[in-house]
Amino acid sequence: MITLSHYLLLAGILFAIAVAGIFLNRRNVILLLMCIELMLLAVNFNFVAFSRFLGDLDGQVFVFFILTVAAAEAAIGLAILVVLFRQRQSINVEELDTMRG
Amino acid sequence: MLVTILFYAFSAVLVGAALGVIVARNPVHAVLFLVLCFFNAAVLWLLIEAEFLAIVLVLVYVGAVMVLFLFVVMMLDINIEKLREGFARHAPLGALIALIVIVELYYVLWVRRLGVELPGSTAPLPDNHSNTAEIGAVLYTEYVYPFQLAAIVLLIAIVAAIALTMRRRAGIRVQDIARQVAARPEGRIRIVHMPVEREP
Repeated sequence: MITLSHYLLLAGILFAIAVAGIFLNRRNVILLLMCIELMLLAVNFNFVAFSRFLGDLDGQVFVFFILTVAAAEAAIGLAILVVLFRQRQSINVEELDTMRG
Repeated sequence: MLVTILFYAFSAVLVGAALGVIVARNPVHAVLFLVLCFFNAAVLWLLIEAEFLAIVLVLVYVGAVMVLFLFVVMMLDINIEKLREGFARHAPLGALIALIVIVELYYVLWVRRLGVELPGSTAPLPDNHSNTAEIGAVLYTEYVYPFQLAAIVLLIAIVAAIALTMRRRAGIRVQDIARQVAARPEGRIRIVHMPVEREP
């Protein structure tokens, strides 16, 4: 019998893997973006599971909007990445220190 | 029973593919693992009868966003070895943090059950129930303004992506449409009156 807790725990594991991925691949911007996509997927899992098990459709509508914003974010993020690569010939995070942050 | 087996099978593949995303040496393989992740997530959403979002996940995410990722990864000539430096050094820290997060979430969600009475499994929806129709009924009435805002966000994303990546290279001959439209016959033909040079 699959309960709400099964889905929440699965989403939690997914989120933890994505957090670990950010620590492991902190030089590669593309992999960082992919880890963010994984995190968004984990969050969407929570929304869908709560929506279904509480019988409230608003959660699924919210996931729809998250997907929209995530698509926009991916498009702009990758555009910035392409411009960055043209300028620096590299996507290494540690070389991106022009602003001395 | 069948649903339980399917849930565990697809969850196992999902977690395995997520691990593949973060440890894959080649970024192209990482993107392909992420596609596998999204497919399994779509199946898991189908299992809890969120059909519309499952299909949207496959169409929008796998069909558009991940293909865009794949394009960019294949287009950029990346030195993988240099980017992998420090992977082994950061691996224990990453694993430790993931473990802490998982143990904490396990305690809260599984042992304490969020501290509230969670609903167990829900009754399956009737056969003629349409998830898409229900979402549409809410989306175009209650959420119509957020829906239009989402459209504006997408428009801004299109404009921003094009504006960021468009470049003008020197030395390339391109059409200047404004000049073509503004061209008039007077600018192209010049009638010259010349005296006749030789009598016929």
